[in-house]
Order: sequence, then C-alpha cells, then structure tokens
Amino acid sequence: MPSADPLFGALAPALRVHGERLGVLAGNIANADTPGYLARDIDFRSVLQGTGKLPMRLAQTSAGHLPLNGMNATSSPTQWRIPTQPSADGNTVEGPVEQAAYMDAALRYQAALRFIDGRMSSLRSAIQGGR
Amino acid sequence: MASFSILEIAGHALAAQSTRLNTVASNLANADTVAGRPEDVYRAKQPVFRTLLTESGDTTVQVTEIRESTEEPELRYQPGHPDADENGYVYAPSVDVVEAMADMLSASRSYQSSLELMNTSKDLLMRTLETGRG
Repeated sequence: MPSADPLFGALAPALRVHGERLGVLAGNIANADTPGYLARDIDFRSVLQGTGKLPMRLAQTSAGHLPLNGMNATSSPTQWRIPTQPSADGNTVEGPVEQAAYMDAALRYQAALRFIDGRMSSLRSAIQGGR
Repeated sequence: MASFSILEIAGHALAAQSTRLNTVASNLANADTVAGRPEDVYRAKQPVFRTLLTESGDTTVQVTEIRESTEEPELRYQPGHPDADENGYVYAPSVDVVEAMADMLSASRSYQSSLELMNTSKDLLMRTLETGRG
C-alpha cells in the first residue's frame, strides 16, 4: 500500500495503476490474434486494498544470474481474464470486452487526472492567498 | 502507462496486422496463378503471430515467420493453356478466396482497434502534459 502523499493523497498512485492497466489492456488488444495468448487485467480494488498477490518474479539466487528487467515491469498484480466463450486456438482475448475495459481505464485515468488538476488549482489558490 | 509504452505496443500490433494484410493480398492476387508443374505453384503464405515482451515489460505482438501452405495444389483441366502438361492439366494454388476475404476483414478490424488505441492514448498523454496549466 503506497504511503499517503501530503499533497495528492492516493491520486498519484491511482494514476500510475490506471496507466499500467491501460498498458496491460493494450497488450491484450495487440494480441487479439495470437494463438494461445491469455488476456490479463489489473483489478484496481485489490491493488487499492493491497490484497493482490505480487506479480510473479524470477528470483536471482546467484551472482551469475542475468537480470530480466522486462519480467518485473508492472508493479501491480495482474490476473487472468475468464473468457465468456471458448476459442479453438486457446486465445482468451475478446475484442469488445477488451475495448470496453480500455475505455473504462481511460475514463478513470482522466478522472484521476482531473482530480489532480483540481488539487493543483486549490493549492495554487492557497499559495496566492486567494488572489 | 510507462509514458509511451502504449504507442510501442500498438505500433507493433499495427506492423503485425499489416504484414497479415500483405500476405492476404498476396494470396488473393495469386489465387489464379497457374503453373505447369506442381512444384512451381504459388504456395499460400500465412504469418505466425507470437507474443513479444518489450524491454519495458509490456506484452505486444510480432510476426516471427511467414509460413507457406503445405496443401496440395489443385488440378485444373485446361488443355488449351500453354503451360498444360501432356494430360491437359495445369496446377493452381489451393487458396480459398472466401477464407482469405474473412482473414482480411479480421486483420483490418484488429488494425482499426490498435489505431483507436493509439488515438486514445495520445489524447490521454496530451492531457497529462497539460496538467496544472489551468
């Protein structure tokens, strides 16, 4: 759970999580035609409550192990999406579902942005003494 | 959104889908290209899509190879054709035109989705840049 920021509270981490969710959903849409691809998503509620399991990481138990930077990219836990219909090639991406989720994430991202913007204006107003 | 990663993801997707559109176009264009020997016949091409992990850790898609169809060519009886063999047959590629059209529609839909993705994320990035201006 991120510590509360004195100026923006949970808004900054919320913006980050929504941004990461956009990236994950974009990956799903990009792989809509890849056989065997399993769609993922970030559950915002479980991230907020800090209950989500940490993402799988490759342990480096020896100094000789090469770091795999790419594997630990999203700091939020992702979960597999349960498809509504089975597919012959094992792909669980459903176009309309992903697009709706993407729109949802984009709106939430904008909402967080708007709140940050509002907070900035109030801070500016406070700094300038309401002038 | 690791700043511009969505643009990279969608960019890869656009490239992959346009490769797919190119192979479909090539298959459709050569659907009636006949040959005198079975080994000279055009083979339908099919891209192989694989998930690609980018350096920033996002998943996107790439075309790893383009495979040629192993289906046997069709025999067509055209004794007047200059390439016809001694029995009057020419060999045509086994391209299913209807299947190719459906593939083309699917590819163009996926292309559109990725393009839409790029536009949305561009708007979001622009708004992020403008935070605190007002």
